[in-house]
Amino acid sequence: MSADVATQAPARAPKKARSDRARSEARLGWWLAGPAFVVMLAVTIYPILQALYDSLFNYRLTAPDDKAFIGLNNYKVVLTDSLFWQSLWVTTLIMIVSVVVELLLGFALALVMHRAITSLRGLLRTAILVPYGIITVVSAFAWFYAFDINSGFINHWFDWVPGIDPNLNWFAHQGTSLSVIIASEIWKTTPFISLLLLAGLSQVPTELEEAAEVDGATWGQRLRRVVLPNMKAAIMVAVLFRALDAFRIFDNVYIMTNGANNTNVLSLLAYNTSINRLEIGLGSAISVILFLCVILICFIAIKLFKVDLASARGEG
Amino acid sequence: MRRRTRSAALAVAVGLVVPLAACSSSSGPPTLTWYINPDNGGQVEIAKRCTEAANGAYTITTETLPRDAGAQREQLARRLAAKDSSIDIMSLDPPFIPELAEPGFLAPMPSDVADTVSKDIVQGAIDGATWKGKLVTVPFWANTQLLWYRKSVAQKAGLDPSKNPVTWKQLMDAAADQDKYLGVQGTKAESLTVWINALVESAGGHILENPEASADDLKLGLESDAGKDAADIIGTIGKKGLGGPGLPTADENATLTVFQGDKGSFMVNWPFVWSASQGAVKDGTLDQSFLDDIGWALYPEVTEGTESKPPYGGINLGVGAFSNHVAMAYQATECIVKPENQAYYFATNGNPPASTAAYDDPEVKKAFPMADVIRESLEKAAPRPQTPYYNEVSVGLQQTWHPPASVDPDTTPQKSTDFITAVLRGEKLL
Repeated sequence: MSADVATQAPARAPKKARSDRARSEARLGWWLAGPAFVVMLAVTIYPILQALYDSLFNYRLTAPDDKAFIGLNNYKVVLTDSLFWQSLWVTTLIMIVSVVVELLLGFALALVMHRAITSLRGLLRTAILVPYGIITVVSAFAWFYAFDINSGFINHWFDWVPGIDPNLNWFAHQGTSLSVIIASEIWKTTPFISLLLLAGLSQVPTELEEAAEVDGATWGQRLRRVVLPNMKAAIMVAVLFRALDAFRIFDNVYIMTNGANNTNVLSLLAYNTSINRLEIGLGSAISVILFLCVILICFIAIKLFKVDLASARGEG
Repeated sequence: MRRRTRSAALAVAVGLVVPLAACSSSSGPPTLTWYINPDNGGQVEIAKRCTEAANGAYTITTETLPRDAGAQREQLARRLAAKDSSIDIMSLDPPFIPELAEPGFLAPMPSDVADTVSKDIVQGAIDGATWKGKLVTVPFWANTQLLWYRKSVAQKAGLDPSKNPVTWKQLMDAAADQDKYLGVQGTKAESLTVWINALVESAGGHILENPEASADDLKLGLESDAGKDAADIIGTIGKKGLGGPGLPTADENATLTVFQGDKGSFMVNWPFVWSASQGAVKDGTLDQSFLDDIGWALYPEVTEGTESKPPYGGINLGVGAFSNHVAMAYQATECIVKPENQAYYFATNGNPPASTAAYDDPEVKKAFPMADVIRESLEKAAPRPQTPYYNEVSVGLQQTWHPPASVDPDTTPQKSTDFITAVLRGEKLL
């Protein structure tokens, strides 16, 4: 996906007559990025086309002789199935809730890091980044065992909270399972968002803020009128990247519930169909649909919010 | 500068060639690769013993498969579908054997090997190793679930499961009266299928009426009295909370934890619980009095007076159809499953033998005082449906029979029949 984003951004640059220097710089850029670009194409385009092709067949890995062309029938099965729509809904819910909460928390953390005293800054950034450095599978197990009814400590530590008692089985209901899954996602990836936002914050010219302060703007006004508009691109990049990431959620669900109690997500459904059931055709159809969803999110984010990645890189 | 380049090139060349040289073992006796499921080192030791016994004819090396049985199947099926010649011998979970046997992923067994390895084997293991009337894998070790109980609880309820077989009804009543939890596996995983199958089989039914049929023709046998009885037991335990609040997520280990706790009463589980509990006592996490309070008996009955059909599991050995050394691999399996190796495996790793002779080994009797009950249980055990579509059937059951509290004898059997049939016909997602 990042290939799409990267290639679209330069296209939007105004087509002025370019100087020799600009042209040779562009050529150098292509030479430098070219090999990586070719490798990207080889490892992404080929599997995507293969999946598209496979999705038109009734193809089971353990019955290779029965492979038969069935046109778009796999797509019909997937799109008319309640399990697919249920998974799509759960995936979207996880994406929206986690991105919104992460954005708020991440912004607060970015502000703290931005304003922290220089001597503390390094320590603070490292501390905030720790969850992001942990492998998702490991963090998923940590959260799972913390909430598990037999070995978990959450039920005992927080039994004073209404609704939590030692007999609460978090992973036996849809709502509670999803809360733990989302909480774990938020804990894990808020540092990522806060880092992107911190980059945006540091790009806001201090003169503007100082000028606003001299004019008597309150802290809230400065934030709303000066800081946020100046880091809009950074916010949007953070939202886009995290939204795409969250939409492809797999590890947490796989480890905590494996889709029990209506917590199935699209990636898990695709995995179960292709890898577990070995139904390559049907699984490829789900993967293709998942791919289209991701493109759609990308498209909406880029078009609707006018994300300009070049400016987020500090080139705009 | 140039010298540095040259020495760097040399380093790269050496770096590339040396590992390759390590790979090629064209000279010397052939190496047989045995894909094993993770255990406590028993299979590695047996591989060593059989390599020594082969007197230089072959060497057996082991490769470890993932811990989860489903993941083991995924890896083996994918490799075999790609005609992987590195798979000589593999440790297979019985339910997945038909799926690999049907497309010809398992090398046909020579008849002399079949004769040797099926001698003095418990019936459950023979059934589980057979597909379409032919032995397709070599029985290695066979597992079965027993009823484990706290003697104190059973005594209070006036039951003696070791003398007279008990029914599920009696267990549920006893747990309800004494406010205790039953140890059953209600999590949405393979262990739930094991439970459902044991109940349906014990009630005289079968999950599949014609397991050898093609996907479109498979007929489910759940809409029967047996299916209803099974749904009634699971539903009642779920609704009345007899399995405790952890039931919807309880696997074999979680069940054991509950059984070891204050509310433990009766539990159906594999024999690993015995070695696990002994280990816990040795480590000081459990009291010796707990170990003294444990009793064991045959799997509970569904209908009073009708013998139960306990679950069957274990590991069989398959030989890969694409192996370059099929004949030698079968020779090696004959060595691996020798009764003395099975007895060693049971005594040290806690995995019960498929060979009846191995149960008479004094080491076995010492490590597992319930060895005779295990052997009896294995003779009566019923395998899970043997079909190439086992995964669909099993996950379909888990989808419709979970959580246990939602199971209703009047609707669940029909719902799961419709669902699994639609999935098998490719009309629904799983």
